Amino acid sequence: MLTYDILDKQANGMSNASDTTDGTVFASPGLMKWRYTKDKLAAASVTVGGIGVIFAVVLIFFYLLWVVLPIFKPASLEALTQFELPADSGDRSLLYAIEEQSELGLRISEDGRLRFFQLTDGALKAESDLDARLIAATHVDKASSTIAVLTDSQRIVLFQHKYRLDYPAEGERTITPRIEFPYGTQGLQAPAGDRMVVRENDDQLTMAVAEDTRITLKQFEKSTSFFDESVSLDEAGQHTLILPRQVDAMLMDPLQDWLYAFNFASAEIYFYDIRRFDAPKLVQTLVAGQVGNTITAVDMLSGGLSLVVASDDGLITQYFPLRKQNSTDYTLQRVRSFDAADGAAVAALISEQRRRGFMSLSANGTLGAYYSTSERELAEQVLAVKGLQLGAIAPRANIMLVEHADRGIQIVKLHNEHPEVSFKALWGKIWYESYPEPDYTWQSSAANSDFEPKFSLSPLAFGTLKAAFYAMLFAVPLALAGAIYTAYFMSSGLRQLVKPAIEVMEALPTVILGFLAGLWLAPFIETHLPGVFLMILFLPITLPLTGWLWTLMPASLRHRVPEGWQPLLLVLPIIVSIALALSLSQPIEAAFFGGSMPHWLDNEMGITYDQRNSLVVGLAMGFAVIPTIFSIAEDAVFSVPKQLTQGSLALGATPWQTLVRVVLPTASPGMFSALMIGFGRAVGETMIVLMATGNTPIMDFNIFEGFRTLSANIAVEMPESEVGSTHFRILFLAGLVLFLFTFVFNTLAEIIRQRLRNKYSNL
Amino acid sequence: MSEHHSIGAQRSSAFKAWYKSGDPWIWMTGGAVAISLLLVVGLLGLIAFRGLAHFWPADVVQASYQVPGKPPMKVLGELREGELVSKSRLESAGLPVTGDKEFYDRYLFKVGNRDIYGSDFRYVIDDWLVEREFPQDITVFERLEWGNLYGWVESVSENGEVVASGDAAWPALRERQARAHELREKIEKIEKHDIGAINYALEKLRLKRRGLELRQQLSTEVEAGIAAEEAALQARYQGYEDDLISLYGDIQRDSVTVRVMTGETRTVELSKVVRIFRPNDMGVFGKLGHYAAKLWEFVADEPREANTEGGIFPAIFGTVLMVLLMSVFVTPFGVVAALYLREYAKQGFMTRVIRIAVNNLAGVPSIVYGVFGLGFFVYFLGGSIDALFFPEALPTPTFGTGGILWASLTLAILTLPVVIVATEEGLSRIPRSLREASLALGATKAETLWKVVLPMASPAMMTGLILAVARAAGEVAPLMLVGVVKLAPSLPLDGNMPFIHLDRKFMHLGFHIYDVGFQSPNVEAARPLVYATALLLVLVIIALNLFAVRVRNRLREKYRALEH
Repeated sequence: MLTYDILDKQANGMSNASDTTDGTVFASPGLMKWRYTKDKLAAASVTVGGIGVIFAVVLIFFYLLWVVLPIFKPASLEALTQFELPADSGDRSLLYAIEEQSELGLRISEDGRLRFFQLTDGALKAESDLDARLIAATHVDKASSTIAVLTDSQRIVLFQHKYRLDYPAEGERTITPRIEFPYGTQGLQAPAGDRMVVRENDDQLTMAVAEDTRITLKQFEKSTSFFDESVSLDEAGQHTLILPRQVDAMLMDPLQDWLYAFNFASAEIYFYDIRRFDAPKLVQTLVAGQVGNTITAVDMLSGGLSLVVASDDGLITQYFPLRKQNSTDYTLQRVRSFDAADGAAVAALISEQRRRGFMSLSANGTLGAYYSTSERELAEQVLAVKGLQLGAIAPRANIMLVEHADRGIQIVKLHNEHPEVSFKALWGKIWYESYPEPDYTWQSSAANSDFEPKFSLSPLAFGTLKAAFYAMLFAVPLALAGAIYTAYFMSSGLRQLVKPAIEVMEALPTVILGFLAGLWLAPFIETHLPGVFLMILFLPITLPLTGWLWTLMPASLRHRVPEGWQPLLLVLPIIVSIALALSLSQPIEAAFFGGSMPHWLDNEMGITYDQRNSLVVGLAMGFAVIPTIFSIAEDAVFSVPKQLTQGSLALGATPWQTLVRVVLPTASPGMFSALMIGFGRAVGETMIVLMATGNTPIMDFNIFEGFRTLSANIAVEMPESEVGSTHFRILFLAGLVLFLFTFVFNTLAEIIRQRLRNKYSNL
Repeated sequence: MSEHHSIGAQRSSAFKAWYKSGDPWIWMTGGAVAISLLLVVGLLGLIAFRGLAHFWPADVVQASYQVPGKPPMKVLGELREGELVSKSRLESAGLPVTGDKEFYDRYLFKVGNRDIYGSDFRYVIDDWLVEREFPQDITVFERLEWGNLYGWVESVSENGEVVASGDAAWPALRERQARAHELREKIEKIEKHDIGAINYALEKLRLKRRGLELRQQLSTEVEAGIAAEEAALQARYQGYEDDLISLYGDIQRDSVTVRVMTGETRTVELSKVVRIFRPNDMGVFGKLGHYAAKLWEFVADEPREANTEGGIFPAIFGTVLMVLLMSVFVTPFGVVAALYLREYAKQGFMTRVIRIAVNNLAGVPSIVYGVFGLGFFVYFLGGSIDALFFPEALPTPTFGTGGILWASLTLAILTLPVVIVATEEGLSRIPRSLREASLALGATKAETLWKVVLPMASPAMMTGLILAVARAAGEVAPLMLVGVVKLAPSLPLDGNMPFIHLDRKFMHLGFHIYDVGFQSPNVEAARPLVYATALLLVLVIIALNLFAVRVRNRLREKYRALEH
């Protein structure tokens, strides 16, 4: 562009010199000025536009990164305001709760009062009186905001704290709390005791009340009135358990199948099976931690499957009931441990309502946040206040409150949107709830809301590589051999037909290949499986055999076909051998495989056979990748300088020797880059794998089973994913991984190619 | 003896020499080319054959199906694909194959009459299908619902009264069918076009009122104006409604009684019949005519019966419009970027890096662009546009959901590298002497570019654009995220202001293939249609590519001439 500048300057200097001899003025000074302004304008706008377009392209990368980054942002806790207990009467607090919008808190205290207060300043918003002194309070069902309290007259009262939202004016919102009693204000007669657990579902309600070493279980059946849909409870039975030690705490799962009792001093967990209510059974007694430790706090994670138990050695351990293999018996399985925040003794554990996260409170003022699936301690924070005992997490897990020893409440903001993600959760083996062992699993959603999302990218990455591997297995020999022949042996007349024909394949929409693979090839292969393998056997024999037979043909015939037209001679033998393989397929199946090879594989060999499997994908995607590899490899071979090959031939080497010793070594970097680009294409291909496999995310190298790739996973799940959720961002992460992988691969291939080009130009 | 021996020895040494020369390997590599070519040809042939065969009216066979050990059953239908099935497979399917044959021919048999049998297709064993006949008077009714009906015309009725029966029924039926067809076209026009326009206008008014309400500018007179307009529209609607009622009364006049294979009779309203024909009675020309009519229906009509019947016009239309919009976006940006890179940017390390990066973007999986399009265009840009300009429609998103605008923008980004690379190549091929001559004559750089370089590079740009269009037309994965649907209620281009509706979702040929082939409830019925759709798409894309290749080659020739 240097030349332009010089010329521009010259033109500027001669702006008046364009008058012609006959007096016509082609360029008046005004016009010239206008022309140069236009020139400048054009330069500026092209530069701005060009840089803008390139910037827009870069934007893709940064946008993906921007969406993905929040999942790697560490969680943090931020102490907000603190205030004294609202309308403090000096009684002990029993339980706290926070409503959905995280604006109001509810405190339940011994004096039987329910006080709703603002979380911003602790101002009392409403108050309700149960008219009884309370001994204990517990959450029955956090999702329906049901709480049970035990009164000193041995009654258990269930109530729900509910909230009405009003929008009196644009941008304003008021929340009015109220209390509802689903089973009346009088409550249910409870067995004697001072600790309790209550659970209910649509059919029944079970309560367990403990006193010293005795637990009394009581169950009620629910019946719904046809008239006003009110629910009444009928007592179904009562049962008493005697434990070896004192009961300090109890937990029960929402289905009322299991009862867990804890003795803190000896760190013992008693695991009861209460599925048959009339015959509860002690399944197992377990010691949490080392002998000599004591339990300091317990809670149940959302979903009601896992327990978390904190012990005084600074560990928080997760357990869940697990069915023993090949039996109907269960054991309480120790799954994983977390180091408690700051190593401090945990005074209380509070679990989140909707996710598998929980918080720990310590007497020295330390707060810790953990997440079970990702096995992470997310954050910890030492508060200025000490003696934390009680607290509550908002349903959206963005705010929590803790009561401290100085009869006050500390509000803490939780920045913890994506606790589910850790390196291990994405790529490692994770022991999910109710799974017999740690596993790589991708299962992002399920019908029930209590479900533990499983975000392991490993099976998807594995599926991607498996698909690419089988595709390359089919494509590489064909594409490279074809490229070598086309570039080196083929007559130029034929080459000008063949090359565009194969390259046009590259433009073939992959949706068509996928559709053919899924609807035509998959059933075809299923019914002709032996034929497919025979084909692989026959073809490599047919090709050289035809060549040998051709040398035996009379010379007059041989000379009629010019050099470099072998492929046309081969067409017929190939068709014949394919037809032979296919026609032998069914007799072989009948003779050796009992009529159906897939069945035989399944029954005799124990190899699962899916109709839409890796073999089908390998063939279809191989077909899609052939033109990519072919085209680049052919260019690489063809651009090997002719003097090299002619020199070799002149020295007496055969064409094949020249190819192997001279051409291929020179062209090999180019062919390698062709492979890389083909691999990149196979990795990112979506439609073929979407249509030609069953899309089950399994990790198995079996060629007769399917898989799910990263790209197909995005196509399947992205439309249903909630914007901004962890799932959404992980799908973006999968996109980013694909982007980076192919980009890096292609760039490497491009650099290799450019090097090669420079080398040739030196020759 | 010794002579023979020596010939044998000669042969084997010749083979050894042949083997050593490496020729077998050359044949192997040649075979790879031949296999690749066969794959291409075979694939195209398969699609073409299956796609084109579908429209040919097959003969309807009447036969007795005798499963051993069961009473024979009268069947009527079309024989479709056949295959050889082993005895054990049939046994495991629960069929009483008692013969000593290892293999049986099995056919997919289209029995139609889905309302009677529950399914259009069944499998039949060739050997058991006996007493085959092809009666001339079997009539096929292509219905709007429930697929084809095969049977014999018994009588034709008008308002329940039989007006023709026996031999007279067929001509009467043809006549009345033509009348019903005309009436249905009228009804369709009113329902789709006229009432559609009124509904659109009513929705616009509703949004206008809501928008004014939100901005608190809804004065009583404006409100009254809107109400008056609404009333006028309602009145017009009432008029159309009356027309429709009378048309429906007319069209429901005729019905035909058909005797089906089981012996029972069915009454079919002519208003629900698309086409009536007697395939066994048709000559070659009759069949050709039928073929042409079906082919025309395929490209020009709307789909019926969950996309398994009828045409694919909306999908063709959607694909074309989307690709056109994409071209409008991608051409200027691609060309400007190429011009900048080649003509204005200082050549050096940066431009090389950018060039490699742009080149490699073409290799980034298309689904990644879909993810980007969904996140950036649909949720981010679309969401912002909705909040700013269409608050009255919320919470129903206008641009905050997939649509043809976002789809074409996404594909524009996807194909940008293609256009940039092709244009750059074209620019680099223009001989330096031409630019220098232009500059030497006093032209400014912009003038040189505009008057000399760009016109010469235009075929290269054209090539880039054609390749971009070919790629865009075949892409499906990103579109699934940014606005393609299986059945769009209305086209993105219609007679209602502002004529082009960029926020609308659209149908697309590629997605149609995926959806009908894999999500359809009646895959057997849909499959031939998918082949036909695939054929159309393949033809379009191959034609575009070959065209691009030709343009490129001609261009090369031209400059080769200039360089000397």
